[in-house]
Amino acid sequence: MKRKTFLATVVGAALALTAFEAPAQEPIKIGEINHFKRMAAFAEPYRMGVELAVEQINEAGGVLGRPLEFIYRDDQGEPGEAVKIAEELMTREGTVMLTGAILSNIGLAISSLAAEKHYVYLASEPLADALVWDKGNDWTFRLRTSTYMQAAMLAEEAAKTDAIRYATIAPNYAYGKDAVAAFKENLLALKPEVEFVAEQWPPLFKIDAGAEVQALERAKPDAIYNVTFAGDLAKFVREGTTRGLFDGRKLYGLLSGEPEYLDPLGAEAPEGWIVTGFPWYGFDEGAEKDFVNAYQARWDDYPRNGSIVGYNTALSVAAAIEKAGSTEAEAIREAFVGLELDTPVGPVTYREIDHQSTMGAFVGTTALRDGEGVMIDWEYRDGADYLPSDDVVREMRPAK
Amino acid sequence: MGLFIAQLLTGLANAGALFMVASGLSLIFGVTRIVNFAHGSFYMLGAYVGYTLMQVLPGAFGFWGAILLTGVVVGLVGVIVEILVLRPVYRAPELFQLVATFGVILVIQDLALMIWGPQDLLGPRAPGLKGIVRIMGEPVPKYDLALIAITPFVALALWWLIARTRVGILVRAATQDREMVGALGVNQSWLFTGVFFLGCALAGLGGAVQLPKGGADLLMDFNILASIFVVVVIGGMGSLPGAYLAAVLVSVLNVFGVTYLPQSTLVLMFVVMALVLMIRPYGLLGREEVAGDHGQSGEPERPIKPAGARVRLIVAAGLAVLAVVPLLAPSWIAILATDILIFCLFAASLHFLLGLGGLVSFGHAAFFGGGAYVAALLVAHAGTPMELALLLAPLGAGLLAMIIGWVCLRLTGVYFAMLTLAFAQLLWSLAYQWGEVTGGDDGLVDIWPPDWATSNLVFFYLTLVLCIGGILALRHAAHAPFGYALRAARDSARQAEATGIHTRAVQWVAFALAGAMAGLAGGLFVFAKGSVFPNELEITRSFDALIVVFLGGVKTLSGGVVGGAVFESAKDMLTRFEYWRLALGLTIIAVVVLAPEGIVGGLRRLGERIGLLRPSEQET
Repeated sequence: MKRKTFLATVVGAALALTAFEAPAQEPIKIGEINHFKRMAAFAEPYRMGVELAVEQINEAGGVLGRPLEFIYRDDQGEPGEAVKIAEELMTREGTVMLTGAILSNIGLAISSLAAEKHYVYLASEPLADALVWDKGNDWTFRLRTSTYMQAAMLAEEAAKTDAIRYATIAPNYAYGKDAVAAFKENLLALKPEVEFVAEQWPPLFKIDAGAEVQALERAKPDAIYNVTFAGDLAKFVREGTTRGLFDGRKLYGLLSGEPEYLDPLGAEAPEGWIVTGFPWYGFDEGAEKDFVNAYQARWDDYPRNGSIVGYNTALSVAAAIEKAGSTEAEAIREAFVGLELDTPVGPVTYREIDHQSTMGAFVGTTALRDGEGVMIDWEYRDGADYLPSDDVVREMRPAK
Repeated sequence: MGLFIAQLLTGLANAGALFMVASGLSLIFGVTRIVNFAHGSFYMLGAYVGYTLMQVLPGAFGFWGAILLTGVVVGLVGVIVEILVLRPVYRAPELFQLVATFGVILVIQDLALMIWGPQDLLGPRAPGLKGIVRIMGEPVPKYDLALIAITPFVALALWWLIARTRVGILVRAATQDREMVGALGVNQSWLFTGVFFLGCALAGLGGAVQLPKGGADLLMDFNILASIFVVVVIGGMGSLPGAYLAAVLVSVLNVFGVTYLPQSTLVLMFVVMALVLMIRPYGLLGREEVAGDHGQSGEPERPIKPAGARVRLIVAAGLAVLAVVPLLAPSWIAILATDILIFCLFAASLHFLLGLGGLVSFGHAAFFGGGAYVAALLVAHAGTPMELALLLAPLGAGLLAMIIGWVCLRLTGVYFAMLTLAFAQLLWSLAYQWGEVTGGDDGLVDIWPPDWATSNLVFFYLTLVLCIGGILALRHAAHAPFGYALRAARDSARQAEATGIHTRAVQWVAFALAGAMAGLAGGLFVFAKGSVFPNELEITRSFDALIVVFLGGVKTLSGGVVGGAVFESAKDMLTRFEYWRLALGLTIIAVVVLAPEGIVGGLRRLGERIGLLRPSEQET
């Protein structure tokens, strides 16, 4: 091909393309703020989950006839940055609402901005109870099964055993404290004779596991409730196993069954712990299995808990905008209140009373299979069954 | 009794890795006077490299071989860093190199993520040492005993190297007087490189030996940083036996803290450090700092003059542009400009302390965060209006600075810096733990400006007036007799006192003033963001300001402001890229290497060379 002809072809093709694309609709943009670098192990599977859902939605014709598009921005794990980026996304990029955050403090910072500036914010991953209760507001919705709900699920399991003396170990910050308080409250309500004989509070990501294990052993508990995660969990499990802390005791682990935390333990994953998590390997059929298959086909990787949260985030956003019939903030906000949708794990409702979704969690027992930690005998628990009574919620949520 | 002994052994075992990492830092500081912020990164690298090597090398021989090899590999990485990044800037102002090491942290973070991926790696167990031994009925892991046994050997080997070999003599001589060693014909640069190799190798060893007790993750670098600084300072900067003693002290105390005061472990270390420094200002086994005591290192600073008419005109024009642009630009520009202004005031306040006072604070976030919390607490608990809160924020932070300054100013140099860091950490843990009042790490939210100032534009103008006012006030103080007295105290405390200047009092007032201005910036920050979290008191916040001041130019009056503006804007742009930490780190390193006098200093030099500036107009 002569050079001129070649150029002409290229230009022609480009023109044809633009001409072809011109009538296509402007995408609906969603601002997604996360700690993609600071918490890469959690944020990346989440992003992949979002992308998968977005691709599926757009293949099926998009939302309101327009394609959906997420704009991803890294907040460096700083609340102040997150607020700045949120403003930029909403005023410059033309996003219609905000999603994201894993760290609770960043979720709370964006939530406060959302209420002030009337932006819709779907807090997809942050777990803090305060987000929907003490510091809840009209413009913030939360998808993930909250600390309280997951702790209540484990408390229900704990109440079924004859253990009386409990010890707790939780990272020394708001999530850890909320998780212990919720577990205590629910367990004592179900079984008043339970006593808590030791509370250990290792600093987040700086656990001195040997010392913590000794301190727990000293209290001679019947059962231990663990809230540590990530690197802290790995160190705790290793020291605890080495020193025989877990022998003959019941162990309850919040989030410990999520692949994000179980997989790094490899063959040293503890056996017989009752945990909340995401047993993607155990799905045989139905929507869950379809999700896992689609995810593996798209990313050549297996889904983590963050993946399903990301997937459901995009589904929720699409459902809300579809229901609103417009991309106006107020319309989306109203659509989110009481929004019902089907997700791979089951139907989810965004409660009118506190904007918490009823997405549940899987509760099961840890075991080893082929040198990998897995959850067995698991069961999906609907989040709606593990929330405080409406009166309690109303009391916690600030008056309008 | 059995439990007591078992706990003691746990503490001793924990001290092992801590000692290795801390002794490396101490060694590097002792000889090169570099405060190596990137030391935690070498520790992290040690864990990752050790993990990889252990996967390849089989058996017990492979395990221990991998640990030794890790030391060599990480040491070599250290050598590369030293030659490429630090060697060009040894003659820069004191402590300037820490900026370069900060750039290294960012680069290593992204490289580690690229190479080893985001998932935490669980360290392999030591072959043959997987079980426990029962001592008086209490289980003690065998590997703990191995660590307890190995650490003294490492310490002894180091001691032998330093005390009994010719290399050691040179190292000790360099610790005492670098220039004299150079004058005696020793090739300093290779000595420095050698020490850097050794220091980094120790950090790498520390990272590798802790693998069987933990693993490798991407947050390790910052997580260990505070502990090793504490250990080095408690032991005495440059003292190896001190580092060992302090590592044992900190680790053992921590084990008992976990058992008897489980909530205390966040602060315990810093309380111990503050106490030790108040009683023994140079650490348990440290000696009074001699190097850099009289005057400044590097080229002396040029005298400060009030800006000439032309410069004033330029600045006024710049301000006018700054005031008009947000009117025409989209509203997010006003938000970005607000952020930059607040940061500039924060940086200028540290620059005042650091550049004019010669007081290097590693804990300036205490006053930024302090002011922010004063304002936020007043609003949250007393319903104070914004106007009053913005007045009380600098006052509260200034008061805080007076208290902290009164304690810290008894020390000088790096010890002063470390004590300020300790106080900032104490404040941080207070904000973090005292949930009922401060909201803990869930912070204080919904603190927004009143109706008249909710618009981004109005709030920008409010910030503009207050920040420029604050910066001008600091500048005025620099030109006032007070500023002269402060610089006199910096350049020669002895001569200043001989002329009747009460140097301690002058420094104390400067510390309070800088604290108050940082507090004002913090107060504005709260209302700009609507919330405050303990992040604003973190070490990283103090580092941000430090880096900006050094990048801008310590020995120039406008260094803080210019550095703040450039750095914030650069960060805003770079964080849009996927590997922004790598980009930012390389940018910082490039500035450090190309313009060791900082941005303003470098521009000034360039201006003089091409004839744009006459030497008489240097200070802008």
